[in-house]
Amino acid sequence: MAKVSMSVNGKPVTGEVEGRTLLVQFLREGLGLTGTHVGCDTSQCGACVVHVDGRAVKACAIFAAEAEGAEVTTIEGMADADGSLSTIQQAFQDHHGLQCGFCTPGMVMSAAALLAENPKPSEAEVRDYLEGNLCRCTGYHNIVKAIMAASGQDVAIAAE
Amino acid sequence: MPKDHGIGASSKRREDVRFLTGRGRYTDDINLHGQAYAWFVRSPVAHGRLNKVETEAAAGMPGVLRVFTGADFEGVGGLPCGWQVTDRFGEVMQEPGHPVLAQGKVRHVGDPIAVVVAETEAQARDAAEAVVFDIEELEPVLDMKAALESAAPKVHDDLESNLCYDWGFVEENREAVNAAFDKAAHVTTLELVNQRLVPNAMEPRVAVGDYNTGTDDSTLYTTSQNPHVIRLLMGAFVLGIPEHKLRVVAPDVGGGFGSKIFHYAEEAFCTFAAKQLRRPVKWTCQRSESFITDAHGRDHVTKIELALDAEGHFQAIRTETYANMGAYLSTFAPSVPTWLHGTLMAGNYTTPLIYVNVKAVFTNTVPVDAYRGAGRPEATFQLERVIDKAAREMGIDPVEIRRKNFVTEFPYATPVAVEYDTGDYHATLDKLLEIADVAGFEARLAESKARGKLRGLGLNCYIEACGIAPSHLVGQLGARAGLYESATVRVNATGGLVVMTGSHSHGQGHETTFAQVVADMIGLDENMVEIVHGDTANTPMGMGTYGSRSLAVGGSAMVRATEKIIAKAKKIAAHLMEASPEDIELKDGAFTVAGTDKSVAWGDVTLAAYVPHNYPLEEIEPGLEETAFYDPNNFTFPAGAYACEVELDPDTGKVTILSFAAADDFGNIVNPMVVDGQVHGGLAQGIGQALLEGATYDEYGQLLSGSYMDYAMPRADDVPFYTVDHSCQTPCTHNPLGVKGCGEAGAIGSPPAVVNAVVDALQRAGHSDITHIDMPLTPSRVWAAMQG
Repeated sequence: MAKVSMSVNGKPVTGEVEGRTLLVQFLREGLGLTGTHVGCDTSQCGACVVHVDGRAVKACAIFAAEAEGAEVTTIEGMADADGSLSTIQQAFQDHHGLQCGFCTPGMVMSAAALLAENPKPSEAEVRDYLEGNLCRCTGYHNIVKAIMAASGQDVAIAAE
Repeated sequence: MPKDHGIGASSKRREDVRFLTGRGRYTDDINLHGQAYAWFVRSPVAHGRLNKVETEAAAGMPGVLRVFTGADFEGVGGLPCGWQVTDRFGEVMQEPGHPVLAQGKVRHVGDPIAVVVAETEAQARDAAEAVVFDIEELEPVLDMKAALESAAPKVHDDLESNLCYDWGFVEENREAVNAAFDKAAHVTTLELVNQRLVPNAMEPRVAVGDYNTGTDDSTLYTTSQNPHVIRLLMGAFVLGIPEHKLRVVAPDVGGGFGSKIFHYAEEAFCTFAAKQLRRPVKWTCQRSESFITDAHGRDHVTKIELALDAEGHFQAIRTETYANMGAYLSTFAPSVPTWLHGTLMAGNYTTPLIYVNVKAVFTNTVPVDAYRGAGRPEATFQLERVIDKAAREMGIDPVEIRRKNFVTEFPYATPVAVEYDTGDYHATLDKLLEIADVAGFEARLAESKARGKLRGLGLNCYIEACGIAPSHLVGQLGARAGLYESATVRVNATGGLVVMTGSHSHGQGHETTFAQVVADMIGLDENMVEIVHGDTANTPMGMGTYGSRSLAVGGSAMVRATEKIIAKAKKIAAHLMEASPEDIELKDGAFTVAGTDKSVAWGDVTLAAYVPHNYPLEEIEPGLEETAFYDPNNFTFPAGAYACEVELDPDTGKVTILSFAAADDFGNIVNPMVVDGQVHGGLAQGIGQALLEGATYDEYGQLLSGSYMDYAMPRADDVPFYTVDHSCQTPCTHNPLGVKGCGEAGAIGSPPAVVNAVVDALQRAGHSDITHIDMPLTPSRVWAAMQG
């Protein structure tokens, strides 16, 4: 067992982990932050995406020990300071960008990372960026729409 | 103007707030004090005799509490099947046993052999490596037709053969159908495969068993679409726990699509082991484990023939289907290729004679059961593909041939035992042609050609039987359950309502849409209504959510219970206003006496019900809580028309979906936004089936597509923005909301549109010999077809 220290959602945390403990296990089991989900065992689904030092990372694909000293943000840390939904979260609700909610934390974290590096992505850029996030409920339509709306772009969709 | 509240409004989903902030509570988020962890040891081979399982070494490893094997389950019941099909000769199907852990034989890769329970999951997993078993490998049975040969190895030694049943429908029509074919002007034949799919809800299955030694109560937390069904099946048939000593909780559930209807071995194991060990036992499925343990979907091999007269009127349909059951009968497996498939073979058309033959076959593969659409996609695909082929052979426009044969008068009794109550197939087809801009296709085709690409347009109609299901009818058809739904409406003293439903939401948004319905009926703000589901301890006995049934059946129960509430509240209001109950009107949350200015507020009445100082106690009881069970008297029949436009790269065979349009008739709509979302999701699953997905076994029975590395799930860049419309509305005639259900339509209606479009593109490019390509239409399959 080894001791790890990091900042999670702006708060310093420490914990004892095995060498094989994944970051997602440390978040879920060590810290009780169960908003980060595990949907696969091959790092494909993206339900576990968090931010590590500002970059979107699949928390099933790095060890907790690798995040030593890092600043980690999870879905629990994405709301605005007053506790209300952030722009991206609000756009997901406004545009029905989630159904069962299981992939949603990863989608929101990926969307935030995308908009941080590309504030006005095209539809194709959004779809391309989400290649590492699987959703089985929404058919992606309203996720793409929500992300584009969150970027401040008018989204013209024939269905509406 | 769109409505801003109540029935018909796109109310934002209240459940989203917890999901968007990481505050959902899924089964894997539940950790009980002192819980132990289960890890399953599974068969690595498809078929074999299980001679010996040695557990001593594993049992001695760090943290291990106990290692369970099949021997621990002798005397415990097997997993039951909820549907018994009677074959064309009047005999009941062959029904094999399904032990919780393998006994004597393993029958598919993934069949559970032993379970290690340890203090931590890592310890259980490590110790599982030390379980030694001796399997004498047997030749696996994989191909369905080969499985029926007399020399084929048997999946179940105690059965006569690998044939579960040979079903004919309607058997009495067999000769008449054959005669119609003999004299038909034109016969179109199509052989196709509706490939095996893996449902892949994003949340893997999880089970947490708990046992209270002080009360002798067992509790199971599980990823289920129907907790009451699990309680009944597991309690009564597997573990012998009476329902009043067993609680099943399905909290937030991350998608189901059918795969979480069924009762699985892991649920029974965790409940059983918790009692044995006197500790909570948790099992979390790994994704690669879910590929070999979640019930798969589809897997039909079909020959369909369509007889037409010289003008293109359908005279008869004859089909022969081999349906893969896998190694065991999953909970509702026998019903899928029969009553959910044969009954839909009329489609939207007036074909007078239909005969459907289905041979259900056991193989050494993962069990197959209902997956989004369940039987209805298989029916729709073969029918709409053969119609397209017939149109092409006869030189009739694919739209025209469908219009020629539409059912236009309702109610319409099909020759396959169902009665469509209402519909307007011309209207949805007209709407489709408009929203898909079919008129503009030629210009778009020219544009693609100019870029060296092939372009195709495919369309089709569909119909589905939803609102599952009338109990009296399904009972005659072999169901071992009723399929009503329930609701309890509890009005609190201060006027708020809690509605407890036996249906279950795992993404559908019931907490929002059901509240819209009840609030609308009384005239209250939606936030006055809370929806509770997913826990057998606080909801009335219900059958859960699948078959697009929640609103049509569960919503109807809720309406009936709310009607009882309103009737009683009116009596209280009448007493308070010294008027006759018949004169009381309820509008916008206030009771008035007709023709007067007397009024009492909703809250005055609810308070009186619980503080009955001035109350008609001699006539009615205090309190305001009512329960209703609703059993539909018919299925509902959502229907519509879908169109897909594709572009093909002639050099690689890659298919790109350029647009997809869906015109659906779901009857009345409660929340248009949610309905759009349901259709979008179904379309992606249907497009996934058409282009990407397929569960593939090798000749040894190993699942080659056993992870997300190998099984092609649709991603955001595989699909376009969809154009969906549900403005064509013929309300259901037999439920109080006039609703039909929308959850499965997208997955049912979309695969034929995609394949029709690809075949159209190839035909337009001169590949007149290509009349069909089996799904998924991967670049290699399309390219190979183009090479002849």
